[in-house]
Amino acid sequence: MTSNGVIQICVLFAVLLLLVKPLGSYMARVYAGQTVLLGRIVGPLERWIYRVCGVHPEGEMDWKDYARSLLFFHAAGFLLLYLLQRCQAFLPFNPQSLTGVAPALAFNTAVSFMTNTNWQAYAGETTMSYMTQMLGLTVQNFASAASGMAVLAAFIRGLARQQAATIGNYWVDMVRTVLYILLPLSIALSILLVSQGVVQTLAPAVHVTRLQSTVGGMEQAVADQVIPRGPAASQVAIKQIGTNGGGFFNANSAHPLENPTPISNALELLAILLLPAALCYTFGKMVGDTRQGWAIFAAMLLVFIPLLMLCLWSEQAGNPALTGLGIDQMPGEQQPGGNMEGKEARFGIVNSALWAVATTAASNGSVNAMHDSFTPLGGLAPLWLIQLGEVVFGGVGSGLYGMLVFAVIAVFVAGLMVGRTPEYLGKKIEAFEMKMASLVILIPAALILVGTAVALIAKAGLAGISNPGPHGFTEVLYAFSSAANNNGSAFAGLSADSVFYNLSLGLAMLIGRFWVMIPVLAMAGSLAGKKIIPSGPGTLPTHAPLFVVLLAGVVLLVGALTFLPALALGPIAEFMVS
Amino acid sequence: MRHFIRPAVALLFLLTLLTGVLYPLVITGLAQVLFPHQANGSLVVRDGRPAGSALVGQAFDDSRYFWGRPSATSPFPYNAAASAASNLGPSNPELLKAVRERIAALHAADPDNRQPVPVDLVTTSGSGLDPHISPAAALYQVPRVAKARGLDEGVVRGLVLAHERQRNFGFLGEPVVPVLELNMALEALR
Repeated sequence: MTSNGVIQICVLFAVLLLLVKPLGSYMARVYAGQTVLLGRIVGPLERWIYRVCGVHPEGEMDWKDYARSLLFFHAAGFLLLYLLQRCQAFLPFNPQSLTGVAPALAFNTAVSFMTNTNWQAYAGETTMSYMTQMLGLTVQNFASAASGMAVLAAFIRGLARQQAATIGNYWVDMVRTVLYILLPLSIALSILLVSQGVVQTLAPAVHVTRLQSTVGGMEQAVADQVIPRGPAASQVAIKQIGTNGGGFFNANSAHPLENPTPISNALELLAILLLPAALCYTFGKMVGDTRQGWAIFAAMLLVFIPLLMLCLWSEQAGNPALTGLGIDQMPGEQQPGGNMEGKEARFGIVNSALWAVATTAASNGSVNAMHDSFTPLGGLAPLWLIQLGEVVFGGVGSGLYGMLVFAVIAVFVAGLMVGRTPEYLGKKIEAFEMKMASLVILIPAALILVGTAVALIAKAGLAGISNPGPHGFTEVLYAFSSAANNNGSAFAGLSADSVFYNLSLGLAMLIGRFWVMIPVLAMAGSLAGKKIIPSGPGTLPTHAPLFVVLLAGVVLLVGALTFLPALALGPIAEFMVS
Repeated sequence: MRHFIRPAVALLFLLTLLTGVLYPLVITGLAQVLFPHQANGSLVVRDGRPAGSALVGQAFDDSRYFWGRPSATSPFPYNAAASAASNLGPSNPELLKAVRERIAALHAADPDNRQPVPVDLVTTSGSGLDPHISPAAALYQVPRVAKARGLDEGVVRGLVLAHERQRNFGFLGEPVVPVLELNMALEALR
């Protein structure tokens, strides 16, 4: 790895670490319902929203009502987004006069944005009107992120409370997340992004005259270039902060009008990891022991860093198929070198690999380089990070509740070894919790493996594959991994805009989101009702290095046992033959 | 039922208003006041007419210009209305074939130059609109451009170095050369 690469990575993590504690404790105050400085401005608006919605902010819910509220809210959001897409031709703010979106694609996209996946089977600039992007997609970027964080807050309350029947109020958690956390951060980030060149206007695309005309498909000269525009910065900001990842333009964060400079790239990278990392501290604060939060954070880093190294090394080594052609792939002061297919010159290898690992670790899914063109092992790192269950940082809220489920499994494994009833944070882990935890692990894994298998025996599934050999298999495996774990990035050579993929991946996203959220809420309800047992000499300290290693080990072991056979057929086979 | 439907619908409506209308409009307003040039696409003007965006690359294959990254957009290169990547896997024979053709085109345009070709000059970018090439890729093309324009190589090399962008703050990103800007500067030499 180049010395400059080391500096870029170290600076990113140093800044991230500096922000974890202040932002984390701020969020703990928000979820505890305590007053924060911003409350002076936003407080009246917050109370007005409760009044209009008929919500009593003091009224708490048990886990079933919490889950019902969540499902009703998302059902409404899904319907609105579906209808917006279908009817966009008749609605205003459609300067490109785009037609309505086809039913299967509209279903897929509505599910995708509602579930915080932001899988995109469409090209933004040629499919979605400004109206759909703003009223539909941007809103769901906020709503889906807030929902993940709300469920996390409810789950932490379940751990922190004892002999309680309720785990919070869904509507209050949603409103406070949006008003106090997501909106202020998005406003600041969008303005910074505009300063770097991300477009933000309601004006239509602009036609310019090329310096040298080029030749089009029918051999006719093309003298014009259409520069696309739109309200991009406001959507890009929340897509990164809320670990959504859906791009305004087709090329996503590789597009120079969505991510124009290394500065915008660094800001967006930081935004991808910011909330998932800071929520670890929020968790520690809310359970009254910040060491517990740092331990989870450390376990995440323990998985993140080796996979980052693998990806960087493999991409920097370049494409072996191109050696011997008279090409210079060596990195130096004058060029990034390495595997540059599908990567932007301003990002080079370091920022492309760093982004790929960060966006798949945190269930973001935006890309600044095309994962389909990564080397076999460079592509394996992001793919496996998704398959681990999006718990290494993970989606906002969803990543941490996923990791806490793994923590429950880790104490269970440790309990089995010494023959003691496992407990986590003083809560006894019993049969019900283990059943729910198993669902959380097994459902996405089953969706990935069964979905991939079905796609590979169906004609409609095979028809979407673009690359030959094991790489084509990886495209399908990646698609179902990304959908079932609500990541949203792709090996984008796969032609996913077919009825088969729109419906199958749509279902995978839907089940992968809510069949994890509901067991997590059920666990929260059960844990909240239990007593907190004071820790004794036989208690496994869950803030100590031993537990950190155990937790990372359980995550890696479950991921390896479940997915190694599939990975062997894809990236590993490709690596062996190249 | 009603107990859940009313807050669900009302909150969705208010969030749509707040995050879907108010938020993007406020940001648009602020952006247009604070950074109007950037917010509208960083357009560059030549002879009083918009000639491109400083952030969006254009296609060049004339020997007299510096060439940018190969572009995978269709139906023609650097189609900014439909950004796209090749998505060719590293082991795909089509990738190998395309790279060979690009090397051949570079050699045909400048038969004397037998230096190894910088990799970014023969591989497509992620967006298909990459406005930059590496300094190595620009310097590689200096002899050809100088010859085609009847200029001294030193002059052209000086122009490349003058337009080179260093890493932000000395460490962020990669050093690059903006191709459209460089070619416009070449045109302005006369």
